[in-house]
Amino acid sequence: MRLLTPVLTVAHLTLYETRRRRIVTAAVICAAAFLAVYTAGLFFVHREQIRASTPFAQQQIVMAFLAVAGLYGVNFLSILFAVLLPVDTLSGEIDSGVMHTIASKPVRRADIVIGKWLGHAVVVTGYVLGLSLGVMLSMRVVVGPVAVRPLEALPLIILEVLLLMTVSIAGGTRLSTVTNGVTALGFYGIAFIGGWIEQVGGFVGSHAARTVGIVASLISPADALWRLGSYRVQPDSLRNVGAAVFSTSSVPTTLMVWWAAAFMLATLIIAVRSFSTRQL
Amino acid sequence: MTDLVIDTRGLRKWFGPTLAVADLSLAVRAGEIFGFLGPNGAGKTTAIKMLLSLVTPDGGEGRVLGAPLGDRETRGRIGFLPEHFRFHDCLTARELLRFHGRLYGRSGVELEMRIDRLLARVDLLEAADRPVHGYSKGMMQRTGLAQALLNDPALVFLDEPTSGLDPLGRLLVRDIISELRERGTTVFLNSHLLGEVEATCDRVAFVKQGKTIHEMVLGQSPDLIEVEMRISPIDRCMLEGLSSFGTGICQSSVDVVRMRVGSEEALPSLARWLVERGTSVYALRTRPKSLEEWFVEVMGEDQRPG
Repeated sequence: MRLLTPVLTVAHLTLYETRRRRIVTAAVICAAAFLAVYTAGLFFVHREQIRASTPFAQQQIVMAFLAVAGLYGVNFLSILFAVLLPVDTLSGEIDSGVMHTIASKPVRRADIVIGKWLGHAVVVTGYVLGLSLGVMLSMRVVVGPVAVRPLEALPLIILEVLLLMTVSIAGGTRLSTVTNGVTALGFYGIAFIGGWIEQVGGFVGSHAARTVGIVASLISPADALWRLGSYRVQPDSLRNVGAAVFSTSSVPTTLMVWWAAAFMLATLIIAVRSFSTRQL
Repeated sequence: MTDLVIDTRGLRKWFGPTLAVADLSLAVRAGEIFGFLGPNGAGKTTAIKMLLSLVTPDGGEGRVLGAPLGDRETRGRIGFLPEHFRFHDCLTARELLRFHGRLYGRSGVELEMRIDRLLARVDLLEAADRPVHGYSKGMMQRTGLAQALLNDPALVFLDEPTSGLDPLGRLLVRDIISELRERGTTVFLNSHLLGEVEATCDRVAFVKQGKTIHEMVLGQSPDLIEVEMRISPIDRCMLEGLSSFGTGICQSSVDVVRMRVGSEEALPSLARWLVERGTSVYALRTRPKSLEEWFVEVMGEDQRPG
């Protein structure tokens, strides 16, 4: 426990500081606006379906689609939050000199990195859970039961955002705040476009395009987690629709989840090593 | 067994192609108030960072409090006030000190009592529960000073501690340094305010271009006695004769000569020698050489801007 004390102290400070940061306020406002728009959309679509006496099976497909769309929104907002929240946590404190006072204490540099990781992880995970709960509650209240399995996607979305958050923290050990933000979002951009190429490649039967997508996912496994998650959320009826926005013609395997987890761990180790040798 | 708290030999640090510290050799004894002087860019802050393990030296060796540089446990006995103390401004001074106390491995009632004592000492008890973003620069600096003393350190590094402080604040820092001296704490003081250094330090080292070029004891050095004489006539033969009484002889005007003597004991024989050789002596007075004058002399005129 004594060994963990500095880690927990830094994590506690990170949590405390995060509570007061404007980025968190902004993210909460964005989340509230997102949920308001989403709930209103759900209400009007559902009302139209009732008025038009749409068959129940068809209603379920549309609502399942909107549930996945809602989770996609959660995923997207959480990614931005996870990348931008810790983007200056190390670089900013190094530039301002705050880090000099902390790192000159009898703590390991690893304690500082892991403590910050832990503190941010709690906030980011809370954000994902809160938003997801909001989406599911809206669905439940406005529409009633819908045949989706959000709990199957949630761990994957959380792993995805934690992975991107780790990349952002690791970048901060060496890069300036802005450069780090651009790099971390670019890292997600690779995953995003790789995922689409893999999907379209799978749909049109291009083995080469799929390979490009898979390689991109290995380099940046974030989006593959969302695609696996969105596949698991969907009922069979929605999966069979064909080439729709959230259709998954090339479903990532469970191996990719392990790869992403290992990737995140390796990135955290690199962050610790990089910060440990950083000249402050 | 050595009583050296800081002992470095030939510490060196490069930042890319720039040599920030060329040859830092220091020996600071326990309980000493040690001044670290040099012009901007001399490598003083980098030197302190090396001693605090914030920067890794590229060469040389050093020990702090008997342990090799970088020893984590040893940092628990060191306090540090950086030049521009900054911290998360959403915290109150009390929260900030609590956080730093925990990093020192302290907690509970003992830590809270220590925080209260230090806040009172730096005159921040009333403002202790206000977020530091509303603090003046001086208040922030005093918070930093309290932070540097949280662990009752054996060695304190103060990097420009009076930066941003008004005269009363400076007096407070001076008093705290005196208290630390009484407790036997070693203080490593880096300051541009030579008057402050002169008033508080036992010994100083001058650093130029990353190299320790001179060390001296303050208040005890015989070389500190400067003699100013108003005499006539002044000729080359007389100036050469003066060299047997002291050093640094220079004629500053038609009838004024300045020089340094080893001690006050040299003055009567100097006066006698002048009178015996027929020189009229209008005035002969001693004055201690100020640290500022020493600084200019040691650094060389080339370091003066303009």
